[in-house]
Amino acid sequence: MRIALTVALALGMSGVAQADGLGDAEKGAKVFTQCKGCHQVGEGAETRIGPHLNGVFGRAAGSLEDVRYSPSMKRMGSDGMVWDAATLDAYIENPRALVSKTRMSFRGIKDAQERSDLLAYLRIYSDNPADIPEAEPTALGTDHDIDPAILAIQGDPEYGEYLASECKTCHQSSGANDGIPSITLWPTEDFVVAMHAYKRKLRPHPVMQMISGRLNDEEIAALAAYFKDLEE
Amino acid sequence: MKKLRLWPHILRTSRNEATLWEENTMKLNRRIFLGTSAAAAASLAAPMSFAAGHGKPHVVVVGGGAGGATAARYIAKDSKGEVAVTLIEPTRQYYTCFFSNLYLGGFKEMDDLGHSYGGLAAGGVNVVHDWATGVDREAKTVALAGGGSVSYDKLILSPGIDFVDGAVEGWDLSAQNAMPHAYKGGSQTELLKAQLMAMPEGGTFAMVAPPNPYRCPPGPYERVSMVAHYLKANNPTAKIIVADPKPKFSKMALFQEGWAENYGGMIDWIGEDFGGGNVSVDPAAMTVSIDGEVTKVDVCNVIPAMKAGRIAELAGVTDGNWAPVNAADMSTKADADVYVLGDAAQQGDMPKSGYSANSQAKVCANAVRGALTGSKVFPAKFSNTCWSLIDTDNGVKVGATYEATDEKIAKVDGFISATGEAAELRKATYEESEGWYAGITADMFGA
Repeated sequence: MRIALTVALALGMSGVAQADGLGDAEKGAKVFTQCKGCHQVGEGAETRIGPHLNGVFGRAAGSLEDVRYSPSMKRMGSDGMVWDAATLDAYIENPRALVSKTRMSFRGIKDAQERSDLLAYLRIYSDNPADIPEAEPTALGTDHDIDPAILAIQGDPEYGEYLASECKTCHQSSGANDGIPSITLWPTEDFVVAMHAYKRKLRPHPVMQMISGRLNDEEIAALAAYFKDLEE
Repeated sequence: MKKLRLWPHILRTSRNEATLWEENTMKLNRRIFLGTSAAAAASLAAPMSFAAGHGKPHVVVVGGGAGGATAARYIAKDSKGEVAVTLIEPTRQYYTCFFSNLYLGGFKEMDDLGHSYGGLAAGGVNVVHDWATGVDREAKTVALAGGGSVSYDKLILSPGIDFVDGAVEGWDLSAQNAMPHAYKGGSQTELLKAQLMAMPEGGTFAMVAPPNPYRCPPGPYERVSMVAHYLKANNPTAKIIVADPKPKFSKMALFQEGWAENYGGMIDWIGEDFGGGNVSVDPAAMTVSIDGEVTKVDVCNVIPAMKAGRIAELAGVTDGNWAPVNAADMSTKADADVYVLGDAAQQGDMPKSGYSANSQAKVCANAVRGALTGSKVFPAKFSNTCWSLIDTDNGVKVGATYEATDEKIAKVDGFISATGEAAELRKATYEESEGWYAGITADMFGA
């Protein structure tokens, strides 16, 4: 009840949800019921299983002090990822596609309108609108999932081995992780999804955005095919 | 076992050629005790017994740094024994020039920068510790200082840099003990550090920076940062003067921001506009003259203008100071069977860096193996990233991707760290650079 009231008040006072191309906050409040097992938002919200979501728009990923984030989420934060409409939308659609080993155990919301409604609701509780990165309405609600045709490409491991030589300047083929993550033995789909998230600049790291930016779908599939079995 | 106990002591105190063999052998003994690398010791024990033969094509690689070690390792590894690979490298313990500034700043020990060739030998590369003194391109042989020669089907030269004679008035190689360049990893780096530590209170550290193009574009400025870091903690009234023939330099805004924030007032950078290119030195008097003004200094780090390592010139594949190469496979314009990698190559847009050399080596290895065995040759892709450390946990980076065109290696896309970045990001960038160091050295030496 209290949440519904707050939504009504917030909508009535600012009308913010309509102004920026996000969806319907009241519907979003209902979508949020599936998040409530772990997340709180609104007055008095605290971090429980997952971080509280007050002020999540404009917050750097993995930046709340009292939360035990996954190393993957911490890395996204230190690489410069900030939660805005685009990154939140991608994360809610498929959490692991954006943050490989996130502790958020959630399958994702595939329906773009539901996500847009949810974001409209969450945005009410980001209390400094000046910090909210504006997003084009058309940039929202897009499909962040990878086209099944791309996932179905059978990569050529021999080509992958050659292409992988570029990766191995930093990522060790032994799988050692010294400040740069291991990329060996990843399931093919995770690898492809992660590389496309860099290619679309949803994942923040500038070197990875640059490297992935010039790899085509076949080349990414080839790398995935090579690294999935690489064990030294 | 007695020798084994002595090993760390010898490694620390002496690195001259006479003891290097012993040092390396003992290191390998230690590896054998650890049960890792008996094959390495066996092949190093008789390095000169190799004969190119058995009908296998033979690749000779001269220079065991980021370009040469990588090329040798990849050709041996990927050809699965179909190609015989010989690496000619005089030193038995390779000290990387990249990260040597971090040793000056106290962030790394010298031993952190040293790498043996045992991993390459174990991987099937015939490692010959000798100097290549000449190349006969008609007979397709490389002459060795130790006598004899090695014949090749394909020759890969990755000799790094040498210095242009007379580039800095008053300085030549005979002055490198009084005024070290410290621009090749190893004893010179240690010498500069020793001189830095011996500076009198409130003394002056001078650097003569090089003109373009040179190895590691941000290197001199990272070095200034690391020297300042050391002095701030140990000799805070000391000064640093940089005489620079260039009007601007790599990551200039990032370094200047970092210098102002962390080392305010300590660093005086004198660029081309203020006479930084009009420099002479007097190693006997320990003075530096900048645009006519003579200053007595306590340490003088002279980094002269550079050129391709001498063997490239002896092979007759240079044009001016560098060796022009074809972007698609790093073969020289002068000879399709001779390739030049890394700093020595004149290739286009890539900076001269260990990362670049490593990247070029993989393209070259793929092309050379294809030419000799008919294996599939994939299109050339190059990339580079240069990390620099400004102060503790304050790392920055610049990078780009490249492609081969008919004219040159051409830049495709790039990025650079921004000024005013959050401390957390700078720390992550430094940690990433450490990850890169572990990655590239494993990729070079297979260890």
